[in-house]
Amino acid sequence: MVPLWMYLVVAAALFSTGLFGVLARRNAIAILMSIELMLNAVNINLVAFWRYNTPLDLSGQAFAVFVFVVAAAEVAVGLALIISIYRKRQSVIAEDVNMLKW
Amino acid sequence: MSGVPSLSDLNLAATLPVSFLALYACLLMIVDLFVPRTRKHITAGLTMLGLGIALVLALLPLAGAARFGDGERAFGGMYIADSFSDGVNVIVLITALLGVMVAYNYLDRIQRQRGEYYSLLLFTTLGVMMMGAAGDLVVVFVALELLSIPLYILSGFRRPQEASEESALKYFILGAFASGFLVYGIALIYGATGVTDFEGIWAAVEEIVAEDASSKYLLLVGAGLLLVGLGFKVAAVPFHMWTPDVYQGAPTSVVAYMSVAAKVGGFAALVRVLGSGMVNFALDGGLVAAWQDTVWLIAALTMILGNFVAIVQSDLKRLLAYSSIAHAGYMLIGVAAAGSAPVADEAARAVIMYLMAYAFTNVGAFAVVIAVERDDASNTGLESMRGLAVKQPLLAASMAIFMFSLTGIPLTAGFIGKWFVFKAAIAADLIPVAVVGVLTSLISAFYYLRIVWYMYFESGESEAHVPVPLAWAISIAAVGTLLLGIFPYLLSDMTHKITLAFGP
Repeated sequence: MVPLWMYLVVAAALFSTGLFGVLARRNAIAILMSIELMLNAVNINLVAFWRYNTPLDLSGQAFAVFVFVVAAAEVAVGLALIISIYRKRQSVIAEDVNMLKW
Repeated sequence: MSGVPSLSDLNLAATLPVSFLALYACLLMIVDLFVPRTRKHITAGLTMLGLGIALVLALLPLAGAARFGDGERAFGGMYIADSFSDGVNVIVLITALLGVMVAYNYLDRIQRQRGEYYSLLLFTTLGVMMMGAAGDLVVVFVALELLSIPLYILSGFRRPQEASEESALKYFILGAFASGFLVYGIALIYGATGVTDFEGIWAAVEEIVAEDASSKYLLLVGAGLLLVGLGFKVAAVPFHMWTPDVYQGAPTSVVAYMSVAAKVGGFAALVRVLGSGMVNFALDGGLVAAWQDTVWLIAALTMILGNFVAIVQSDLKRLLAYSSIAHAGYMLIGVAAAGSAPVADEAARAVIMYLMAYAFTNVGAFAVVIAVERDDASNTGLESMRGLAVKQPLLAASMAIFMFSLTGIPLTAGFIGKWFVFKAAIAADLIPVAVVGVLTSLISAFYYLRIVWYMYFESGESEAHVPVPLAWAISIAAVGTLLLGIFPYLLSDMTHKITLAFGP
């Protein structure tokens, strides 16, 4: 059987990929996709921990369901905001959205 | 593990304020469809009614007049209806009531009088209430999103105005990013302890500490990531970058509400997770939790940066944004003090008292900004305060009270809040942080009192106008600020029953 730590490494790598994407990508849609990667890494973690540590208690599995429901709700709002900005500025590049600065 | 619980096992009655408001918010969304565009005062009135009933339901158990349900635990321990959650409910419901009052005319003025505003505001309020009553990390996560997602939409409510849309996008991206960290932290805590409810975590932490198991590192990283996620929500340094931009761009009525509501939710969760679930996470065998050092360091940085950067701001909304960062620092002192197990309850009480004081003061201050703001969102600079005392003496007096309270001058609520937080810090042996807190309060006097100076001692043409609901909101906030400052036992009576500890 695949040991637990391998799942955790995959999840950590996926989370870091998402983190890099949020920090480095300029396109708002790509940033949104990177955030999804971070949340999916969490799901891998949750399900792996559930399967290896507490297979009789379903809370880890249930938590994963909550995470992707919430992620879907977040994407719905995020895409709506991006579309609304696109209509006004014809751009989804995050750097162009820079009116407010200190 | 167990079968399907029956309805009576859920102890639904204990969640009465929250379940009532949840039903009410859903109904209001439907009712609003039948309210014509020109008569949205009906929706606003219904919102106030619902919030008012929920406030009464939250005040009854706090006053000892009634206790709903059978014990504190509902939904199998997912929801905890204790004095702490009652306190959080009262604070956020008062904030929401004031938030509706300041919003009504403002939405008319900016021609965005839409019913959704009020439903979204109710859902955010619900999120904060659930956060305060969370007994499980799943509830913390879902409540955090219920609190955040409507706030993203509200920040962009003034579309197609560009500043509002931009602030919504920034808030959304950083908020979603932060919840990624939070939920990753929760997953690691789950991995280390095998449970997600706070009581189970408390017992598992006890075991990990006793056996010095290697899963303590997993728990430590989990707690750290959780702190990052919630730090974003409460705008603690170094996770504060979004605050000034969002506060400046979002509609002022939204900022008045969210500057308080998001903080109440974030701090309620921090106190619940760290102060009650992991208070016994002491790695060196003492009584001090392992996360305490990090939290007080963040608190000190937050106070210093918030107060110093606020000095150079020339826009009222940005100034109040940095001021709200600074106040997050003062409340974090309370959270850090909760890391010493013997002081944990006192510290939790101090945080609730600070939040109550902060709610009245900060909503009031932003309400005054709404009064001077022009319809095109301009005129929010510091110079807009010039000559306010001549044109609108009462408005200027209220603003002066709010500024005194934010500084922490005696006889105002802000002083009482700071007093109890510093007292808890000294009891927890965190004297250096308390000293930083006192010194930065002195610095903050410079920029708060400069506003008072502008109002009273410089001449200018003020264009402030105060329609009726806004005037009510400002007077309630001013009276509340003074009342809590003059009769501090109102606050200490409200919170004296708060105990968070599990086990002996």
